[in-house]
Amino acid sequence: MSEEGVDRGKRRFLTALTSGVGAVGAVFVATPFVLSMTPSARARAAGAPVEVDISKLEPGLGITVEWRGKPVWIVKRTAPMLETLKTDTAKLADPESKREQQPAYAKNETRSIKPDILVLVGICTHLGCAPSKKFDIGAASGMGDNWPGGFFCPCHGSKFDLAGRVYKDVPAPTNLEVPPHHYLSDTRIILGVDETQGAA
Amino acid sequence: MEKLLTWIDDRFPLTKVWEEHLSKYYAPKNFNFWYYFGILSMLMLVNQIVTGIFLTMHYKPDTGLAFASVEYIMRDVPWGWLIRYMHAVGSSMFFIVIYLHMFRGLMYGSHRKPRELVWLFGMLIFVALMAEAFMGYLLPWGNMSYWGAQVIISLFDAIPYIGPGLSEWVRGDFVVSDATLNRFFAFHVIALPLVLVALVFVHIVALHKVGSSNPDGIEIKKKKGPDGIPLDGIPFHPYYTVKDTVGVVVFLMVFSAILFFAPEMGGWFLEHDNFIPANILQTPTEIVPLWYFTPFYSILRAVTYPLFGVDAKVWGVVAMGASIVVLFLVPWLDRSQAKSIRYRGWIFKLALGIFVVSFFILGYLGTKPPTDLFKAMAQVCSVLYFAFFLLMPWYSTIDKTKPVPERVTP
Repeated sequence: MSEEGVDRGKRRFLTALTSGVGAVGAVFVATPFVLSMTPSARARAAGAPVEVDISKLEPGLGITVEWRGKPVWIVKRTAPMLETLKTDTAKLADPESKREQQPAYAKNETRSIKPDILVLVGICTHLGCAPSKKFDIGAASGMGDNWPGGFFCPCHGSKFDLAGRVYKDVPAPTNLEVPPHHYLSDTRIILGVDETQGAA
Repeated sequence: MEKLLTWIDDRFPLTKVWEEHLSKYYAPKNFNFWYYFGILSMLMLVNQIVTGIFLTMHYKPDTGLAFASVEYIMRDVPWGWLIRYMHAVGSSMFFIVIYLHMFRGLMYGSHRKPRELVWLFGMLIFVALMAEAFMGYLLPWGNMSYWGAQVIISLFDAIPYIGPGLSEWVRGDFVVSDATLNRFFAFHVIALPLVLVALVFVHIVALHKVGSSNPDGIEIKKKKGPDGIPLDGIPFHPYYTVKDTVGVVVFLMVFSAILFFAPEMGGWFLEHDNFIPANILQTPTEIVPLWYFTPFYSILRAVTYPLFGVDAKVWGVVAMGASIVVLFLVPWLDRSQAKSIRYRGWIFKLALGIFVVSFFILGYLGTKPPTDLFKAMAQVCSVLYFAFFLLMPWYSTIDKTKPVPERVTP
């Protein structure tokens, strides 16, 4: 084929333009495939907020409910239990909850909306194991004489206090997560929604 | 017959391909034991594909049915136990031969110029294979399958900003669930096998373009006879096809011995916790990946100090990623005059020895709970692992080499 009289500039321009349009088309075509992998409507529905009635919750005890396939603890702390949160904060890695492991309304000393009611995701922040509740104080808990009560992860020995705050020198990097939640009434909590923002 | 061949050759380059890649592909005549592992890797790939096809005929990728369908294969499907064990033992054997194949490359400098692309394609195969194995491990829906996937996918959470959205996208749900199982099945049985086969193809095309290296690390193409054939080369077929057949037979004897007498390898090839169905409220006492991931898992866990205001967990993920990426760079990190360990000095031999030992120790530590002692050991070995690569430009230059011969040694 003769190359005579070929406008190379125009040819390059048309080639670039066609490739560019093709690339944009490819992005549009890829979009539905990429989005098809995000959580489906059914998965989102299963991750919908959960309502919990806490009227029968006894002081000093807790219940476990499921939200988005994760265990969530709701614990009603007694006055002595709340007292332990003020002592020994030097042993904790993040006593003031500076890390974003809770909504703003739970960023306080008790890490809760109401001081006595603790709401926590029961998954260790280290590698996702399930910690156990160790509310007994001292030797009765099997956690040593100085144990003030809290949570203990049997997998790698991470320890948390009664507000889910992590101890220093354990594998877990952060405090346990406080899920978004708020009170529908004095005895009913809804998990998964902030009071202001709607569904998280 | 002759006429049929001509008829085909006029339409398809059959004779040309046969000659280029087999009967007139001249490989160095001094291949030793270490040169079996390429062909054995291909054998294992075929084994995984063939057994995999038959497993998909009975397996159900559904959280409610998956675990039971694997047990169904083991108990009720005629010969199902054999096919499933061939697949499970095959995956571990695949990694054994791949690791030995890679070690051969490091030892004899098979990655050096002009074989950089052969090495890069090989490394891509390794990465694809790790993804393939990880996704396959979820399919039996045992408790370790579930929690292993949970832990590894949650590593994405460590990435700043996009992390949580990314891990949700990978899972297709807020936790590992039916959506995750179903898509891992799709990746495991079709997407990644296609990628693997394509990569193996280009790995071999690149190799046959430049020609095979050898234990002396010299280029046989530099010394050619009057007929244009390398003086130290012999045609791959029949010489190496026959030799490799012997290697394959011996390997299959070992493979069968494991298959029939120790298919679980005491929990190393099939973990005990995976004989319990997945339970989202009950973690295994210790979450441990299979042995072929443990060296990298150890590096992940070894990083326990936050740096520059970023979590230790993030640095752990970065270190684990870097431990793979650094392997890609070896062709450019190695500056030695000699390619093969045979003509390299004591520094490289020592460095390679330390690297292998620390890799084994990391692998062992990855299967154990991280006590203080083990954590410290993992940190030391992680440093040694990286030192082998990152100091290579320096020590490979100062290391004294012996003169490299002109022709291969017998």
